[in-house]
This record gives sequence, structure tokens and C-alpha cells, in this order.
Amino acid sequence: MTTLTPELERKLGVAVERMPAFPRSVQKILELTRNINCLPKDLVGVIEKDPVMTMKILKVINSAYYGLPQKITSVGQSVVYLGINTIKNLALGFAAVGILPRMNAAGFDIQRYLLHSLVVGGTARQLATQFAKGEVDSGDAYIAGLLHDFGKVVFAQFLAAEFRNALAYSVEHGVPLHEGEKFAIGVDHGPVGAMLAKRWAFPEHLIDCIRDHHNPAAEPSAMMDCLRVADQVVRYREVGDSGNPWRDTEALAAPERFGDDIVELMAKLGSFDKIVEDATMFAQVGHEK
Amino acid sequence: MKVRFWGVRGSIPSPGPHTMRYGGNTTCIEVRGDDGTLVILDAGTGIFPLAQHLLKQLPVTANIFITHTHWDHIQGLPFFTPIYIPGNTLRIHGPFDLVAQRGPEQVMDVQMQYSFFPIREAELKAAMDYVTLTVGEPVVVGSLTVTPLMLNHPVTNFGYRVDGDGASVFFTGDHEPWTNIYAPDDAEYADYQQIVDQQQAALDARLRGVDLLIADSSYTQAEYRAGKVGWGHGTMEGHVAWARRLGVKRMACTHHEPTRSDDELEKIFAAALASSGYVPGGPGEPEILLSREGLELVL
Repeated sequence: MTTLTPELERKLGVAVERMPAFPRSVQKILELTRNINCLPKDLVGVIEKDPVMTMKILKVINSAYYGLPQKITSVGQSVVYLGINTIKNLALGFAAVGILPRMNAAGFDIQRYLLHSLVVGGTARQLATQFAKGEVDSGDAYIAGLLHDFGKVVFAQFLAAEFRNALAYSVEHGVPLHEGEKFAIGVDHGPVGAMLAKRWAFPEHLIDCIRDHHNPAAEPSAMMDCLRVADQVVRYREVGDSGNPWRDTEALAAPERFGDDIVELMAKLGSFDKIVEDATMFAQVGHEK
Repeated sequence: MKVRFWGVRGSIPSPGPHTMRYGGNTTCIEVRGDDGTLVILDAGTGIFPLAQHLLKQLPVTANIFITHTHWDHIQGLPFFTPIYIPGNTLRIHGPFDLVAQRGPEQVMDVQMQYSFFPIREAELKAAMDYVTLTVGEPVVVGSLTVTPLMLNHPVTNFGYRVDGDGASVFFTGDHEPWTNIYAPDDAEYADYQQIVDQQQAALDARLRGVDLLIADSSYTQAEYRAGKVGWGHGTMEGHVAWARRLGVKRMACTHHEPTRSDDELEKIFAAALASSGYVPGGPGEPEILLSREGLELVL
């Protein structure tokens, strides 16, 4: 059993810097940038759908060199601040690192993980707009959804054997994956994702959300409500795969905001099918039920 | 404070009979504090005649501030003669380049490679110092304070505000005012516009009322719209409006388009002023002029 020692923390931090991006976005970036007149909005559309590229852009822009008065949480803001050509060349650099293999030694399917992250991001944004307007920025909710499970892909990539055990443990014992991670790795993907987000100088509220999305004792926030329920909705509909299937015994995370009936909530979320369709088209995996 | 233009041309040196009056050298602006402090904004080919002038004043301490690393703003550096003479000091300031992951030291290293130049950076005789700047953090040199601000160009470009001796000047380097990358009917348009507006407002707040605004006015509005969007340069008409909005005292248009003859330059300048309804000497109107080599403004 491993714990997140300072040494492991450092190792993961350094390794993630060199982490390749997702196959689909690398392919799209190379395709788009072949044309000198490619549209900036098309580039942004690709970058903001890739958790690795998004993370790397936000890390760069929030670094000390640019002395920003407040942290930046969207690829769009980064384009205004750094200029599209710099973002384009950074993205080309990320693309040149290589591509994440679809299957890794942990047996974790990163394409289905990407689909899960994209739909949770889109759903969290929609929930924020419909149920928490004025309380949480919908763009922040999207980023929280896109990056909330980043720790899992880091485990799959850099602690493959341990993560494989975590996946097996959660299936065998019928417990959520984060319980399996605690058993097999000593820490779940929340704190690991947050530790990385902190290294990347992400804003506090985003770090908190990533760290505590599986911690029922954490201080509640509107963004956390949107993220947790988005995650539940997406697992309920079995879109993509986070390694953590929906359980019929689960209660909705924030009933005071969203009600306690997931079917009723789904009915109110008019754009869910469109979010799934867009994400599926991007992640290029077949439609799922 | 005195400001003297040594190079006002954009993109590539453009000598010849058609550019005799405004000059063909690429960007270089000398700013002198009342105590003699020397700040040089950009090191295009205009820095070579400046170097000749400085040879009469040795030893020199030159504080060079590079707006960005495109050729026309750095290509004069290997010919800045004081770098070959012991006793001189050169401090080259500039932004960190995110893509290259290097600071301003790369402007010398890259240009002074064996295949491109006979002398290596390590062989220079002046004391060379390279300073990577942080946006918004002022640098004090003698009686002058230089503050870098982030502008918009296809590479990281700092505009520099220089304050001192009761006067202020801001030079944009190369800058295209921020625009929306989405079309008005795209879902993302409104959010993006808000970021653009915030960015512009933050810049304006830093520049309100400066004595002299030196702005990249490469194009006319018509040229810009006809295919120069995203190239990273501004327009004469746009900057007339900007100068008025900021309430600056004077605005100098620079980075003249390299194919533009002196006659054409004066013609489009007059047309831009006319179409803006500009009244020279009118109440509240800034003084607006074309920068030219040798022009000296006392602030």
C-alpha cells in the first residue's frame, strides 16, 4: 500500500508536466494548424475539450510571470490574455509530446474517461446556469467538471499497478472507486488532483472542489453541488466511464437545490442529450445507451 | 524627459527615395531622463544610427526594453556598437517567451549564432545583463520608471509605460486591440466579449492621460478589415479614437507599413484624421502626429 509521500507528490508533479494529451485533440490540433488561417474559435473548441491541454494552458497563464490580478479559469480568457498565436504554438507543443494511449497498464479506458469528463463538465455548466445563477460562474463549473477526475488518469498513467488494484477492489467489494483507491493507493483521486491543481496555481475554489468532491464532510458550495450532481447524472445515464458505476442506493448529492429525484432532474435538464452528442462526437466513441 | 525616434518602420527596413522623409529603419525609440538616464525601446535597425551617436558619449549604460522578439524589433542589437567596447553596460529587458521557455537572453543567443553572425554573445566586451520582466511590475532606472503591460500580438508583447521627471510616455510595441474570436450569433460571443472589454478597460485605466502615446498604426481601417485581422497591428482611425478616449496629450503613429511611400503615408494619415472628424488644436483634442526618424519630442 502506497501513501502520497512528499517524494511521490514531487514525482507525480514532474511526471504530469510531460503528460501527453488525448488522441482526438492532438489529431485535431495538427489538422487545424496545417491551415495558416485556421479560426481561433476552432482551436479554442479543441483545447477546452482536452483535460491535459486545458490544465497546461491554465497552469502557464496563472504562473507568476504574468502577475494577473485574479486567477484565470478558462481557455477563452487565456486567448485574450496571451494571444491566439501563443496559445496555438503552446498547443502544438503539447501535441508534440505524444498521445495518451487509449488503454494503459491499469486497464483504464482513457477515451471513455474523456467522454465522462466532457459530459460532467457540460452538465455542471448547465446545472450552474439553471440552478445556481449568480452563485457560481458557469465557466468555472465546466472546468471543475472537466478536471474533477484528473487524478484518475494520473493514477492510470503513473501508478498503473496500484490503480488496477483499486479498480478491481471497488468491483469485488461493490464500493465506489475512491474507496478502492484509498485501499490500494492510500489516497483517492480527489486530493491527488487537488495537489496537482495547487502546483499549477489554480484558483482556490477550483482546488477545493477537485479535492473534496468525494468528501461528504467538506464545506458545501454551489460549485460543489453542481459538480457532484453532474457526476451522478452522467453515471446514472451511463455515459462514458469513470470507473465508478451508478448505484441504485445513491441519493442525489444536493437535494435542497436539485430535488431528490434524479429522473425529474433529468427531465428539467433539457440540453443533456445535446451535451452527450457533442462530447461523443468529439471523443469519437460510439453512442452509448 | 525627451523622446527621440530612431526607427519608425514596421516589419522590414525600407530605405529608398520613397521613404526619405519618414525613414526606413525598423523600430527604435530613445527615451532620456532629465538626469541623462538612457532607456531604449526596441532594437530594430534604428538602433544602429543611435549607436553611432552614443559613441561620442562613452561609457554608456543602456537600458534596453524589448517589446517582443520579432526580427524588426531586435535585429539591430548585434550592430549596437557599444557592446564591443569594454566599460559599457547593456541591460536587455523583456518578456518571458512561453513557447520558447526563455527570457530576453534569447534575442542575443539566437541572432549571434555561428551561421548568422561572426561574433558570439560570449565574446561581447560590454557588461551584458538580461532581465525577465513581470507584467505590471515597475523597473526603476535612474530618474525613469518603466512598467510593462501585456498587449496583443502573435508573440508575447509588452507595451512600456515610462514615467519620470513629471512626464509619461507609453509605447505599444506591436499591438492589435483585442477582438472577439466568435461571431455575434455564437453562444460563446457574449462571455468572450466581456473578457475582451475587461482587458481593454484594465489597459485604459493604466494609460489615462499620458503625455505621449506611441501606437502601432500600421494600417488604415479599410486595410485592416480587408484581410489584416489577427496580424497583430492597429489602425490609424482606431488609435485616434483610443487617444481621445484616454485623454492623452499627444499621440504618435508609428510602425509604418514597409511598402508605404512618404506621400502615401501622409495621404492616409490626413484621410484618417478627416474621417475621424479630428480638429487640430480643438478643445480636448490630442495632438496627433506621424513619427519619423530624427523627430525629438520634449515632454
